[in-house]
Amino acid sequence: MNQIDPQTFAHLVELAALELKAGEGDYLRKELNHQLQAIDELTAIPLDDSVEIAAHGVPYPLEHSAPLRKDEPQTLIDPTTILEQAPETEERYLVVPDIPHTTLE
Amino acid sequence: MGNVCTLSAVELCQALRKGEVSSRALTRAYLERIDALEPKLQAFLTLTPDLALQQADLADQVLFEWRKDTARLLPPLTGLPIVIKDLLCQRGVRTTCGSRILENFIPPYSATAVQRLLDAGVVTLGKTNTDEFAMGSSTENSAYQITRNPWNLTRVPGGSSGGSAAAVASAMAPLALGTDTGGSVRQPAAFCGVTGLKPTYGRVPRYGLIAYGSSLDSVGVLARSAADAAMLFQHMAGYDPLDASAMDVPVPRYSLQDKRDMRGLRIGVPEQYFITGIQHEVEQAVRNAITAMQGLGAEVVEISLPHTKYALPVYYLIAPAEASANLARYDGVRFGLRVDDPNMTALTRKSRGAGFGPEVKRRIMLGTYALSAGYYDAYYGQAQKVRTLIKQDFEKAFEQVDVIAAPVTPSTAFKIGEHNEDPLAMYLEDVFTLPANLAGVPGLAFPVGFDGEGLPIGMQLMGRHFDEQTLLQAAHTYQLFTDWHTRRPEF
Repeated sequence: MNQIDPQTFAHLVELAALELKAGEGDYLRKELNHQLQAIDELTAIPLDDSVEIAAHGVPYPLEHSAPLRKDEPQTLIDPTTILEQAPETEERYLVVPDIPHTTLE
Repeated sequence: MGNVCTLSAVELCQALRKGEVSSRALTRAYLERIDALEPKLQAFLTLTPDLALQQADLADQVLFEWRKDTARLLPPLTGLPIVIKDLLCQRGVRTTCGSRILENFIPPYSATAVQRLLDAGVVTLGKTNTDEFAMGSSTENSAYQITRNPWNLTRVPGGSSGGSAAAVASAMAPLALGTDTGGSVRQPAAFCGVTGLKPTYGRVPRYGLIAYGSSLDSVGVLARSAADAAMLFQHMAGYDPLDASAMDVPVPRYSLQDKRDMRGLRIGVPEQYFITGIQHEVEQAVRNAITAMQGLGAEVVEISLPHTKYALPVYYLIAPAEASANLARYDGVRFGLRVDDPNMTALTRKSRGAGFGPEVKRRIMLGTYALSAGYYDAYYGQAQKVRTLIKQDFEKAFEQVDVIAAPVTPSTAFKIGEHNEDPLAMYLEDVFTLPANLAGVPGLAFPVGFDGEGLPIGMQLMGRHFDEQTLLQAAHTYQLFTDWHTRRPEF
């Protein structure tokens, strides 16, 4: 059975972009491993290749799928009201800390 | 009129049209009741009394003009107050999802379901409490407050639509919107003794519903009866060009008939829903309701949904996986909480760390794990395949029967704090509601009794895709013969 070790957990925290308080990480890792025990039974179910994945409960036949909209620009919401929700803006730009340039390897 | 707050929504619509009560008077009556009961129940995160009274005055004007010329078109729900779960956007009204990360979020648009009801003339009283981002079964995971069950203030109202269920049960509103990703309408409906409809996935648009599990989320209704639920549902359902998952399937007229029998209805009873550990009074009440329906002419058939036992692990992989992707948008940059830091990456991490509560972090982490390289096929891919088996169970069952009857929950409302130390025990509360979300089928919960402690017991009917009508009609007929749904908690 899979267990999340501290190294894997640290990687997951980075992927999830979460800063955890002291003690929170140990608690979460313990909880995750507890939950994995409960869901691990899934991995043991023998399934042949004919079983397809279900992305939804409801089938989406073409006749019931949403028709494509015309390829025309529409303004649903005034962009100003959207920008009003941003923590910090300047001249209709979102303000964030400096992001240093990095060279991709 | 007597206490207008105790009238059904159908009766209120008629009274408003006849001029027996004004929308302003009705709205004020509900606001006064909220003032009196809210300190005990804590069902609301935001109240909008000024907006409600403005809407009510406009409704009274529309009604006044309509009475002078009834040939004019009258929006069908003109002047009727409702409340909205705080997971659905309403333009200009704070929408928090029960989370600190959206504490000051004011949506610049309304959810399609909300807008359709506004267009139909409703008055909106406020936004109701929810588990943070709908992740929970008790409303204890709200970052703001714990809502109390109106039947017993030491018990949870269920969740995540616990605020909506408590508001309807205590007559602080005649109708409420909720959302159901794994049972979040049906389970609180059962715990609070009200009627709750989770429509077919894709029947009500999700546009403006802040996403949790995108392949599972449904916008639903909490009401005092099936007739009231049908009335609200009628005006929410239907295709929406703003939501690619909303199906372009015609919406029938959900006109419930006062039929006195259930002849022709085939009810399936799945053995997997009557398991060891279920509270005896819950099983007994549900079986009694099925027997009563049989007495009204329904045919009862034993059926099997053999993959039911896998619904819980499948759900707790798929929902967190989808949640971890959906909640990636909260980055401290575009909207929501920002915790400043000179480093951009640290700003995002700090904002998310401070803004999300423990259950949300738990599910983000589990979802991140399930979707990460090396585990995707073993967990997420496998869960999606088992989901196919669960769907096929329902498809086979609906070749034999028209509806499936089952308990909503293994027990009645549990005590506040009872599952705090054991998230898995909390997850087990959803064991009977999750399969309908995985299969995308509609489910309707309604009261069928009370336990020895005076707590409501709920039963659910599940139906074929887009066949909400059969569920609503069956529950309506049952409610013509029973009074469980008319009982009210005392304060």
